[in-house]
Amino acid sequence: MTDRPQKGGARQPENRKGVKGPEHPQSVGRTRPRRVELVGPDDEPFRLEAGGAVAPVTVEYETYGQLNEAGDNVILIVHALSGDAHAAGWDEEAGEGNRKWRTRKPGWWDEQIGPGLPLDTARFYFICANVLGSCYGTTGPMDPDPSTGEPYGLRFPLVTISDWVRLQARLLDHLGIGKLYAVIGGSLGGQQALEWALAFPERVERCIILASSARLSPQGLAFNAVARHSILSDPNFCGGDYYGKSLPDKGLAAARMLGHITYLSDEAMYQKFGRRLQGKSAPEFSFGIEFEVESYLAYQGRSFAERFDANAYLYVTRAMDYYDAAHNWGDGDLTVACKRIMSKMLMVSFSTDWLYPPRECRELALAISRNSHPVTYVNILSNYGHDAFLVEHDQLGGLLRDFLESRQEGGA
Amino acid sequence: MAGGNDKLTEMLRLWASRYSAPIENLSTDKLVALIERFLTEENGAVRRRRPDSRKRWDHEVIEHTIPPDSRVLDLGCGGGELLARLSADKNVRGQGIELDPEKVYECVGRGVSVFQSDLDAGLEGWTENLFDYVILEETLQTVYNPVRVLSEMLRVGRRGIVSFPNFAHWHIRLELALGGKMPVNASLPYRWHDTPNIRLCTIEDFINWTTGAGVVIIEGHVLAENEVRPIREDDNLFAEEVLFVLEEKQNR
Repeated sequence: MTDRPQKGGARQPENRKGVKGPEHPQSVGRTRPRRVELVGPDDEPFRLEAGGAVAPVTVEYETYGQLNEAGDNVILIVHALSGDAHAAGWDEEAGEGNRKWRTRKPGWWDEQIGPGLPLDTARFYFICANVLGSCYGTTGPMDPDPSTGEPYGLRFPLVTISDWVRLQARLLDHLGIGKLYAVIGGSLGGQQALEWALAFPERVERCIILASSARLSPQGLAFNAVARHSILSDPNFCGGDYYGKSLPDKGLAAARMLGHITYLSDEAMYQKFGRRLQGKSAPEFSFGIEFEVESYLAYQGRSFAERFDANAYLYVTRAMDYYDAAHNWGDGDLTVACKRIMSKMLMVSFSTDWLYPPRECRELALAISRNSHPVTYVNILSNYGHDAFLVEHDQLGGLLRDFLESRQEGGA
Repeated sequence: MAGGNDKLTEMLRLWASRYSAPIENLSTDKLVALIERFLTEENGAVRRRRPDSRKRWDHEVIEHTIPPDSRVLDLGCGGGELLARLSADKNVRGQGIELDPEKVYECVGRGVSVFQSDLDAGLEGWTENLFDYVILEETLQTVYNPVRVLSEMLRVGRRGIVSFPNFAHWHIRLELALGGKMPVNASLPYRWHDTPNIRLCTIEDFINWTTGAGVVIIEGHVLAENEVRPIREDDNLFAEEVLFVLEEKQNR
């Protein structure tokens, strides 16, 4: 606890923990994605909040650690916008033509998940599932529409966070898991974690919400609108029926570039790139890549377009837009909505996050507190903006570890 | 001795008649005795910072005051020691508010629910009577707007518990009056330039405020001469620290 830095933002990115190889003692090692058809082609379709229905529904998920005999050590990890079920370790199935990017890096939260780490696989059993409408193994717009045999494209019904959470609950039912020791997520994952505490209060003992809030701000809606606009106006988009043809990867790349701006902060950009030129000592006076920050965004956009589906990006950002916990559970009143919550709550915001600003996270924490329900809210001082929830390992790790150790109020 | 004290006796009487608050019926003999004691102490061991701040005297009183299963808000809860104790022994539903990140982490380590926030920003967002008790332990003197914090605590809670160092303790008075230096002692262990205590007050001041603000003192306890006991008439002179249980008049 004493080695925790006073000011997280003062640390340099190079101080981040190095990437663990699969043999590292704190790595979960090699992982293998699992898939389960929760709704068969002839089953009652999975009904969606917005009115649609889907069948069949397959869910891809991963697990780390061991389920104990009592079945009371389960922690559900819920992923963010571009995330997947591969939260930790090295995908042993990855290779040429099959999620090749996973051969270069471990799961998206590998720094926190592993034996002896804050999300301790020696003690807990972790489950992470890809959300409905995404593109990493769970049914989504690139899958065949059973009525035509062709990919759904934009004929896939609109999905919401509430749908995702209900589907995750079905997955747990399928796995024979009742109560969750905890549910944890950041950003869009934080909103799923919140929805868990609201929709299934008796199933969630602890709820951890990072860099998130009860609803996206108008500014966040605006960012998503621009992202979708760039995808929809890509000449290759063809109304979403681009599968097997040229992909709308320029539009998707631009959407991701915008996304990355919202994940960073003014401070982080100064720290990371400054106004440095990219591999040159003088500007070329051209519209090519001149500055380091341009190069970074171009790279992020390009590599994202290689691994994500443009239609999925439309569906997932729309789910993000629509979510409003107050509307879902409190007739517009967040305090009323939060009355449902029974879990022990931890909420963390990051001082320079402008996608899910601290005040919005604080507002959610207050709404819970207004029900006389104990809540822990921490605003971590960080320069890393929204990305901080995936970057501030030391500051966040200690909090997660301690919070997961703590017993539930009332000794549940 | 008596002859030399005549003038002093007269001045004390004059003081008592001129100022509405008499110096706790201070007699010449009492004053002389206190100065004598002060001088002896100054020569010997000056009282220092309390060795173990976790064993706070007021924790015991607070624990005694708060009924089991209460909803308790602790303002400036530090590392959460008190709430952890109240939750273990009295099964209270506790909520802390603390600004210092290190202390916030300490709370989480103790399993205490803590809301990171600045007390000077007020308790805006928390609604009326959310808590049975709101505690402000040794924090009143550190906030920029203590009256606002006091009225806020009585808004969000049915009762308030506030403790603070008594700046009118005889030793402090003499340190300042005769020593000419800002007092440094067990209750006020800081120097003038590093003290967080920016709003020091006396028991007398505080009681006067309650009268004007429509606040009722239900209980008072003091730490005086290493003893914890109910407050007495002359404690503005003898109490080092004080704890009051408060309520708004209309709540009675």
